[in-house]
Amino acid sequence: MADAAAALPADPAVALKRAQQGKSYWQRVWERLRDDKVTLAVIGVLVVLLAMVVFAPWFTVHDPYTGSALRRLKPIGTPGHWLGTDEVGRDLWSRMVYGGRLSLLAGVVPVFLALLIGGFLGVLAGFTGGLVNSAIMRLTDVLYAFPSILLAIAITGILGAGLQNTILALTISFIPPVIRISESVTTQVRHLDFVEAARASGARPLTIMRYHILNNVLGPILVYATSLISICIILAAGLSFLGLGVTPPSAEWGLMLNNLRQALWVSPFVAALPGVMIFITSMCFNLMSDGLRQAMDVRL
Amino acid sequence: MWGYTLRRLLYAVPVLLGVSMLVFALIQLAPGDVVDILVPPEVPKEIADDLRRRFRLDEPVYIQYVAWLSRLLVGDFGISFFTNRPVAEELFGALGNTLVLALPAAVLGFLLGVLLGALAAYNHDTWLDKLFSATAIIGVSLPHYWVGIVLVAIFAVVLNMLPAQGMGFEGIPTSWEHVQHLILPVVTLSLIPMGVISRLVRANVLEILSQEFVGTLHAKGLMNRRVLYHTLKNAAPSALALMGLQFGYLLGGSILVETVFNWPGSGGLMNLAIFRRDVPVLSATIVVLATIFVVINILVDVLQALIDPRMRR
Amino acid sequence: MTEMVLAKQPVVSVEDLHVRFVMRDATVAAVNGVSFELEAGKVLGILGESGSGKSVTLRALMRLLPPVRTRIEGRIRVAGHEITAMDEAALREVRGTKVAMIFQEPMIALDPVFTIGMQIAETIVRHEGVSYAAANRRALQLLDMVQIPSAARRLKAYPHELSGGMRQRAMIALALSCRPSVLLADEPTTALDVTVQIQIILLLRQLQQELGMAVVFVTHDVGVVVEVADRIAVMYAGRFVEVGPTEAVIDSPAHPYTAGLLASTVLGSASGRRLETISGMPPDLRALPEGCSFAPRCRFSEDRCRAAMPAETTLTTERMTRCLRVAAREIDLAGPSLSQRKAFGP
Ligand SMILES: Nc1ncnc2c1ncn2[C@@H]1O[C@H](COP(=O)(O)OP(=O)(O)OP(=O)(O)O)[C@@H](O)[C@H]1O
Ligand SMILES: [Mg+2]
Repeated sequence: MADAAAALPADPAVALKRAQQGKSYWQRVWERLRDDKVTLAVIGVLVVLLAMVVFAPWFTVHDPYTGSALRRLKPIGTPGHWLGTDEVGRDLWSRMVYGGRLSLLAGVVPVFLALLIGGFLGVLAGFTGGLVNSAIMRLTDVLYAFPSILLAIAITGILGAGLQNTILALTISFIPPVIRISESVTTQVRHLDFVEAARASGARPLTIMRYHILNNVLGPILVYATSLISICIILAAGLSFLGLGVTPPSAEWGLMLNNLRQALWVSPFVAALPGVMIFITSMCFNLMSDGLRQAMDVRL
Repeated sequence: MWGYTLRRLLYAVPVLLGVSMLVFALIQLAPGDVVDILVPPEVPKEIADDLRRRFRLDEPVYIQYVAWLSRLLVGDFGISFFTNRPVAEELFGALGNTLVLALPAAVLGFLLGVLLGALAAYNHDTWLDKLFSATAIIGVSLPHYWVGIVLVAIFAVVLNMLPAQGMGFEGIPTSWEHVQHLILPVVTLSLIPMGVISRLVRANVLEILSQEFVGTLHAKGLMNRRVLYHTLKNAAPSALALMGLQFGYLLGGSILVETVFNWPGSGGLMNLAIFRRDVPVLSATIVVLATIFVVINILVDVLQALIDPRMRR
Repeated sequence: MTEMVLAKQPVVSVEDLHVRFVMRDATVAAVNGVSFELEAGKVLGILGESGSGKSVTLRALMRLLPPVRTRIEGRIRVAGHEITAMDEAALREVRGTKVAMIFQEPMIALDPVFTIGMQIAETIVRHEGVSYAAANRRALQLLDMVQIPSAARRLKAYPHELSGGMRQRAMIALALSCRPSVLLADEPTTALDVTVQIQIILLLRQLQQELGMAVVFVTHDVGVVVEVADRIAVMYAGRFVEVGPTEAVIDSPAHPYTAGLLASTVLGSASGRRLETISGMPPDLRALPEGCSFAPRCRFSEDRCRAAMPAETTLTTERMTRCLRVAAREIDLAGPSLSQRKAFGP
């Protein structure tokens, strides 16, 4: 994805160090995270956002689904509707808060699923090598032949709109990059001395996989996955924006952007508002991913 | 080198075959078939079934696939359900319009990206680095379709300076008025490549600058300019790889920005095809875009190998 | 005439060199008062454990250290240039022409995406303003000089296409491309196979004699330093603890650390004596002890050793040590001398 290269697969030397340092490595990561003000602030913002979305009724006055023809497209700062109202007179603040439910869901679930499926396939390919590796990686190459946005659009475009298809489409488009990262990290770790040593000492393959590989591989893959969330949120909202994602009258940031486009010439700033939420959320996930990456980089 | 290029090209064959299968499978998975789309539901079932036979939709799937693929291979993309024009005609016209946006956006985004990234790395940990890194992370976090809307709101609605919609010309822009139509969509499209490239270049250049051979370059007494040249050449392969991907996204992801600006490109065509359920147009667009993406990636691989001989495996 | 005069003067002279790295959470005192002089045509071997500051000393001679965090104090003169007082631009003129460096790992010290020929030629073009064609011809001669077989073909090779020894030869050719009067070698044989090591050392010694260069040769291998150096400086925690002619230092070490170092190598403890290791760890350069930095590990240390760092004491005109007790002739480190041991050895 857009950020694939930034999540450089861990240096084998780094991974080795990590393994030798054992528990103290994670302690150091935690200490570094604690000192990183930006990342902490960003995590704080995300927690607040999550709380607002989950407990939406507590944060809103108006129902997000009922509007009134009398109150259409009120500007920002209208008494009672501080962010104004949308094209059918629904309170924008309420819709933005409630809209976060679907947007976050569609932004996080595909990455989580892709992480499970892609991570499993990638680690499997990296660990077994040989034929299994070839089979998995060649199939990945086929999926990689589509720019991920195109793949997502193709799937939802053909299968039809809706939340399930959106999640399905995004999951499928994120699986290939996750497979590639996991495979390359696993392959690197597999060739490290301590894994070879574990093998020579007669440890069973599954044991090696559990203890050695997952310990050293999971970190980089997780960091990479957090950077995918940001892209996934943008794409999920993008699909809704195209009318291929969540269907009306649901509140969802991308769909709201789409609906408000007709109001662009009347009240341009109200029309752009939902995008702010997409931007802030994706920015927070990006910053968090950067912070995690830095905290986990032993070289620093 | 030639051997490598040839191998790379040959490897594209199974990949493209896989691509065609995937697209075909997707079409099969779609609810209903072509006849359901073309024929109003009140038409008697016998007539619809007759049509199915005429379209050979009653044959086994693999035969349909082979027929479809062999038509694709000779450049026969079929006829649009909706406009009755050859799909190839519509598609290549639209692709041209997309390129009119994607090329300048790529050039702008890549140049800015490399510049910001390299400058940030060379001024590591200064305010300049922080400023450029912040710019980059904003660039990768912005939903670009929303940026398009905001730009329209500011420059078209409020300031009334630039056109908000459409292309306003055909083919290549030749006048200032044409260029005006380009400005907003090109800026919008260039943001993500700018952010992504500059983040990669910064990380890469930092990594390269910490390598021992840079010490050798300074020990030889080379000028900074020459050291920069060495650094950039070392950073080039991975940057090129990312540029290839990004250019693919500019083409394949153009649908979002083209929708915002009502741009008659391949993305716009796809959008229409989806809502009209125009299967021949849709499948052809996807296959062609994916093929272009594969070809770009081969080009990038070959370029990479030209720059870094270690990659000629 | 002038060359005659210059030849008598040292080409390298270092006075009280200090190098510190100032970082966010700590300051590393890597070099803490190093002084030495080196005449043209002579080889100084710097011997010391990992982390003792050998590389930092060497790099300071060319000011090849990260400018932001490095603090260099003291005076460095190389080939008539006041290195410590020069600006970057002037420094770039001196680097590669008057003084050149070869590194431990030729694989990572050469740019992977440029051919060997290009990397040599660009240096010549930079300093001598000749065309690339002329520079390439010179590069070819240089590769011949360092005895690379089928040199014309190697010119077009990339570093990864050469063997380790071949790469180090190319690195030497690169360093010698503008006929430097001082060559700095940072463990140039450590990363190589033993047989290749010997070839490279022989080559270096031959070239050094032919070209009359002064060489500072850093290593932690006693066997190597004996082969190349006229004089040896033993380094510990950023200081020279002992300096003297090679034979003398090996035969009769004048510092407990040198003695320990020799006893811990096969060469130093040949025949009969057990291999010993020095107990303890090198000091933390972020917080050096008050007194002699070797005192915590030294068998002979007394309270006054821990009071202040011993000054450099001249034993004979050629020999220096930084040990209170050796200076006061209280302890005798000399066992049977190396030459004697050799006579009885296998
Ligand atoms: N650029 C730097 N920034 C911070 N500390 C440094 C830097 N370079 C070296 N050091 C520190 O200075 C000390 C001396 O390092 P130096 O590289 O000179 O050791 P050395 O004697 O060459 O050892 P080795 O045999 O391992 O090469 C070490 O503790 C090292 O960590
Ligand atoms: Mg060193």
